[in-house]
Amino acid sequence: MNRSDSKSIILERIRQALDDVQQTDHPKAIDRNYRMQSDMPDDECISLFAERVREYKAEVKIVDRADEMGAVLESLRSRNARRVVLAPGFPDKGLLEDEFTVVKDEPVPLSNKALDECDAVVTSSFLGIAETGTIILNGSEGQGRRALSLIPDFHVCVVPSNRIRGIVPEAIEELNNVIKKNPAPITFISGPSATSDIELNRVEGVHGPRTLHVIISMGAGACTGNISCRT
Amino acid sequence: MNTPTFEQTAKQYIENDQLRRNIGFATKTIREKRKTVVEEMPDWEELREAGQQIKDRVVKNLDSYLLQLEESVQRAGGHVHWARDGEEANQIIIDLVKDKGVSEVVKVKSITTDEIKLNDALQQAGIDALETDLAELIVQLANDEPSHILVPAIHKNRTEIKELFSSAIGLPDLSDSPEELTNAARLYLRKKFLNAKVGISGGNFAVAETGTISVVESEGNGRMCITMPEMLISVLGIEKVIPTWQDLEVFMQLLPRSSTAERMNPYTNFWTGVSENDGPKEFHLILLDNGRTRVLSDPGGRDTLHCIRCSACLNVCPVYERTGGHAYHSVYPGPIGAILTPQLRGPEDKSAASLPYASSLCGACYEVCPVKINIPEILVHLRGKVVSHQKETGGWRAKIQPEHAGMYMMARAFQSRSRYEGAQKLARGGMKLFERDGMVSKLPGYLSGWTSARDLKPIPNESFRDWWRTRQ
Repeated sequence: MNRSDSKSIILERIRQALDDVQQTDHPKAIDRNYRMQSDMPDDECISLFAERVREYKAEVKIVDRADEMGAVLESLRSRNARRVVLAPGFPDKGLLEDEFTVVKDEPVPLSNKALDECDAVVTSSFLGIAETGTIILNGSEGQGRRALSLIPDFHVCVVPSNRIRGIVPEAIEELNNVIKKNPAPITFISGPSATSDIELNRVEGVHGPRTLHVIISMGAGACTGNISCRT
Repeated sequence: MNTPTFEQTAKQYIENDQLRRNIGFATKTIREKRKTVVEEMPDWEELREAGQQIKDRVVKNLDSYLLQLEESVQRAGGHVHWARDGEEANQIIIDLVKDKGVSEVVKVKSITTDEIKLNDALQQAGIDALETDLAELIVQLANDEPSHILVPAIHKNRTEIKELFSSAIGLPDLSDSPEELTNAARLYLRKKFLNAKVGISGGNFAVAETGTISVVESEGNGRMCITMPEMLISVLGIEKVIPTWQDLEVFMQLLPRSSTAERMNPYTNFWTGVSENDGPKEFHLILLDNGRTRVLSDPGGRDTLHCIRCSACLNVCPVYERTGGHAYHSVYPGPIGAILTPQLRGPEDKSAASLPYASSLCGACYEVCPVKINIPEILVHLRGKVVSHQKETGGWRAKIQPEHAGMYMMARAFQSRSRYEGAQKLARGGMKLFERDGMVSKLPGYLSGWTSARDLKPIPNESFRDWWRTRQ
């Protein structure tokens, strides 16, 4: 049978299977009685985010925005990184180049092999979720394409404090506004990669970066109230 | 091939101490962790309710959501294929891979591709499919079958895995520490990832509105398979579609806590068609029926399609905990498998027809199900279907089978008061013959199954109705 028929056959099977169901143009709205927004004050939100990310065995530093690059440098030094990939658009102010071999993904994208030879990657992030300790990357400014934050073994990720949301629905809503304009790939990262496949022993670090440092950058642009958080 | 029934092989698995210990430990650990992360959510019940409602809507409007999904994926530069069964899906994949001119593909753990036996089909076509999830790799190297949805190699201990890695991937100097074994897998697979041309995945959700597909995972092998190859092929059952992006706010809370018992799994991938300068240049989505429309056609079993494959029901099931996954002879074990497998395969499959009986109907699975599938109710419904099917196809032998005859008599007895009371008197008299020391501990013939493991209290001399009558 022709493959193009399969679509009509499956759709016909579905319609027949549902012949007992009354189809309506105005289905009842889904009862969304769960929390849509958290009522946490901002400082609580930030410290919960830090706490939850730490529980995944990632290192978390909370610094003033002015000290952001200092914290990045300190992280890279602490793991003896030498070759470092810098995500396009990450505002490093040229500070990394004095100390590390900085590799860039533009104008020519790096080969997989070149990426694999890097010790670390530095990226920004799109959002954080406090309740789940999740970092969200969507390829926007300072994050780079997905391979950048995947292949090097050590990921240093900067999360501006005003990008931290309380709960999952707040982050999904914000992504909703973005994805319909720019459907770029999105990655949720909650701690370093892990497996519990051998006798249920948790081992941190399988294929993704085995070490994750998260730098929460406070200060300029940090929120002073829940409302400013969402602008 | 004749697949054995559940009761034919369950016993041999129960007698395997190692297996039972491993499964018991795994289920208990995950069960307790799940309880903690679920109880900290103040709105868990509201999320479950929303999850149930969304899935109900999807299933009842499946055709329009699939068409919308197809349009969205195509708009984003992806290709969509429809496959009536596993064979067709496999052929589509083989053709795509051959067109690409490669003989090896990397795979993300996917039960759907296990269901359609994709790896075997690829192998027959001369294509090696490399499983990249650690547990799936272990199962594949051992030529074994997964035993749990979430932790497929839970039946193997570290010594077995060490020996397997030594012989199968030539690493003789390994210790049996999980860290070292995991690192061995990392090194073995890294080369493969960096040179992969084709990746194959399943998918957890497909958003009709945006065409976005998502894969939740822990190890990063998913990120590798989804990001690195030139071509990505994803196989999703038609029931995996969800209407809107917003619906992810429900499922991204329900799934990780129910599945790995974490607040969030380490990695979740979302991609929409193909993106310029990021990831595969070619994306193919295969929408698979393979019995799902059969499940859909039964209003009493339809809710089975709400399942988001979290495996919480396995971990609380007293039957699964003792037999493990292999006894179910299906890629879908445990309570969800006991209702899904027989419906996917249809009433002719005798092995699958035994599965609705692999339950004590205790209801624990319903309580933990994140989308509130009433598994016990569907089990009972399916038992009824199994019996009717036997009656319809089994000829006169099936009709005079004691259980059917007994049920027929019961039905007659319950139809009128006089018959009911007469039957009571008869049973009371009959039971006297088997009563010893005020208990019935041995019934004859067909009824002996009931008393083989428990004593029965005899029917009292006087029924409530008799007593009521004399009182007046």
